[in-house]
Amino acid sequence: MTPFAGYLMPLRYTSETAEHLAVRRAAGLFDLSHMGEIAVTGPGAGAALDYALVGNLSGLRTGRARYTMICAEDGGVLDDLVVYRLGESEFLVIANAANTAAVFGALRARAAGHDAEVTDATQDYALIAVQGPEAAGILAPLTGLDLGEIKYYAGSFGEVAGRKAWVARTGYTGEDGFEVFCRPEDAEAIWDALTAGGTGAGLIPAGLAARDTLRLEAGMPLYGNELGPDVTPFEAGLGRVVKFDKPGEFVGREALAARASSGPVKRLTGLIIDSRRIARHGYPVLADGHECGTVTSGAPSPTLGVPIAMAYLEPGAAGLELSVGIRGQAVPARETDLPFYDRRQQR
Amino acid sequence: MSVPADLHYTPEHEWVSVEGDVASVGITDYAAQQLGDVVYISLPATGAAVSAGEPCGEVESVKSVSDLYSPVDGEVVEVNAELEDDPSLVNAEPYSSGWMFRVRVAQDSNGDAALPADLLSASDYEELTKSAG
Repeated sequence: MTPFAGYLMPLRYTSETAEHLAVRRAAGLFDLSHMGEIAVTGPGAGAALDYALVGNLSGLRTGRARYTMICAEDGGVLDDLVVYRLGESEFLVIANAANTAAVFGALRARAAGHDAEVTDATQDYALIAVQGPEAAGILAPLTGLDLGEIKYYAGSFGEVAGRKAWVARTGYTGEDGFEVFCRPEDAEAIWDALTAGGTGAGLIPAGLAARDTLRLEAGMPLYGNELGPDVTPFEAGLGRVVKFDKPGEFVGREALAARASSGPVKRLTGLIIDSRRIARHGYPVLADGHECGTVTSGAPSPTLGVPIAMAYLEPGAAGLELSVGIRGQAVPARETDLPFYDRRQQR
Repeated sequence: MSVPADLHYTPEHEWVSVEGDVASVGITDYAAQQLGDVVYISLPATGAAVSAGEPCGEVESVKSVSDLYSPVDGEVVEVNAELEDDPSLVNAEPYSSGWMFRVRVAQDSNGDAALPADLLSASDYEELTKSAG
């Protein structure tokens, strides 16, 4: 167990490698109750989110989810978010645990003047994710919902193990899977039912360490590693989340528009390390021996069997021989497109 | 968590087993559990001189990298080559197949291996891990 954003979280239940592979091959069960849930409700909720975030949330259909970001006035990323539209005038914003207070504060400030109410609902929700190719088969017998009707990045109200829940086809692993938002007092029953129903199909509980290597293989950024106030969505290769054509103003528009037209000052890329040593967060990337970037995340890839990393590189590094300075030694690395793993190409 | 009674320990979570003038060294079950899955181990070269308390290698796990210290003074006479292919032996059997290296240590006037005075007993080491949480 490890302290994490005020919660005591399992880094691993048994072996993070076994947990990672279970998610890729069968299913893993995650307790993500630390994630922040912020409710934005009222007739002006969509407009308030359009102003507060970089995405077009008023255009999101009820029952759908969107990956988006909240930026500062200078375009720096304050957090990356998933927003669900639970109803016509009801949105649920999912923030990283460590950022929940900051996101809540910014949303509340930015919603001023809109006919919308912003509430930190984190304590009202537990979140259990079941992820992997067997996830749908494990969840289906426990719910009356027709899971085939819930498309990727969509969700529906229903019951799981007889308990009320918002069931969404979202996740952070690169696999098919579901996230079950429920009342905290119902979480144990839902966890137990998924465990009982899934064990035969290969489901095991998975901790934070596996969650990190799964998202890394899937090329998904992590706030504090790839994302932070010193980068805009464009550096992270996620400029598509910024919707300049949405109605009205939004915080950060001017700075982001300037960045969109000038091009990013650095770019996020994938690296495969030609060694068994791991290129870790903060290690320098070298091009022809000169420092040209920094590793943001690195881990052994259980799927590929080699160490992988994400790094920010200066534009000038393109096409040069790369290496990573691993504790004083230059270890050869080669650039590769993200993601490292795409389930649609694997199966 | 297992702490075999017949071994010596260090505050750096390594164990030492002495036979004649050769000390075998590995990391403890506690250390292996804290590190998580070990993926790579850099061991000292056979023939290298090592000093007690000095780094002589590295242990990489999925989440972290740690220095490996020599608990004793002497010359490395053997390293566990199997760890090259299967570093997970350190997690599976830290006190047996997961051993790391062997050092020939100097002998004291009685002909016994001269070990540093600050090595811990099993009970002392167990206390240490408990106070660490």
